[in-house]
Amino acid sequence: MANIVYEKSRGLTDTPFTYCPGCSHGTIHKLIAESLVELDVLDKSIAIAPVGCSVLAYEFFNCDAIQAAHGRAPAVATGIKRVEPDKIVFTYQGDGDLASIGTAEIIHAAHRGENFTVIFVNNGIYGMTGGQMAPTTLINQKTSTSPYGRQESTTGKPLLVSEMMAQIPSATYIERVSVHDIRHITQAKKAIKKAFEYQIANKGFSMVEVIADCPVGWNMTPVDARKTIADAMIPYYPLGVYKDAGGEA
Amino acid sequence: MNKVIFNEAFCKGCQLCIDVCPKKILALDTEKVNAKGYNPISCTDMSACTACSICARVCPDSVISVERG
Ligand SMILES: Cc1ncc(C[n+]2csc(CCOP(=O)(O)OP(=O)(O)O)c2C)c(N)n1
Ligand code: SF4
Ligand code: SF4
Repeated sequence: MANIVYEKSRGLTDTPFTYCPGCSHGTIHKLIAESLVELDVLDKSIAIAPVGCSVLAYEFFNCDAIQAAHGRAPAVATGIKRVEPDKIVFTYQGDGDLASIGTAEIIHAAHRGENFTVIFVNNGIYGMTGGQMAPTTLINQKTSTSPYGRQESTTGKPLLVSEMMAQIPSATYIERVSVHDIRHITQAKKAIKKAFEYQIANKGFSMVEVIADCPVGWNMTPVDARKTIADAMIPYYPLGVYKDAGGEA
Repeated sequence: MNKVIFNEAFCKGCQLCIDVCPKKILALDTEKVNAKGYNPISCTDMSACTACSICARVCPDSVISVERG
């Protein structure tokens, strides 16, 4: 009998992803699905999908799900987790969603120490709407609304969300990871799993920021986009644990 | 024999798996087009596969399963 070394996670449905070829969203969905299965909590998990390319995430995770108004996933998650404290609740949010229109919701969810998990996908752009500049767009990065490149003089420097969230006293666990190669994918999975372990152990608010790409919005091939994460994104967005107040899970 | 199995219908031809395969035995099959309109992935030399599963872990669309045999 052949040994199966890897197969599609049963934490995902049979619906094909609607993401563009090579988009990091798919990779990140897989890590979440695998983590929920390995922790044996898939059946009691509830996903909160955002507005953005992952608006249809409820079609892809093989668990209950709901889709929130733009940026409001943490508010919806708060309500669900407080009513159903035994469920495993997570939001899945892009940088337009979390770091722009939804900054109030994410900050105050962490401030209240809500016991749910946030997967924050930072691809430095508004993918779904056609590649507009986000608060996370790099300096000099060209987007459809910064055709000459982002300028600090008019739009400031890119927002460092993990660094900011780590300052919130009631936040428990904040880590920034990347998915641009197999070593980083493995590390990202560890972080995502740990965030869920903390929630299972009632340790409070956890957020994993995943540095991601948007090959279409960045106007490059998927292979070049993954390399650009390493060459351009990570130097500005250092990876690592920004806060861990949970001890061993 | 080790084996990579492809769910061709889900492949988007992004070539990430081709880039990461240490044995360089993955290629798009330009003779075929799947229902999505992409040339799907194929293996050019199954006997060289070490079942490391890096391609499968990197594929965003869960196209690839890997068997060690
Ligand atoms: C209230 C509201 N304002 C604006 C929009 C338009 N809109 C849809 S997606 C999006 C940005 C999504 O970007 P991001 O969160 O980075 O996700 P990505 O698409 O890059 O994955 C915006 C502004 C909306 N749907 N609702
Ligand atoms: S537009 Fe960008 S973020 Fe959206 S699915 Fe395509 S590559 Fe991914
Ligand atoms: S990584 Fe997946 S979707 Fe991309 S070419 Fe390979 S098998 Fe196809």
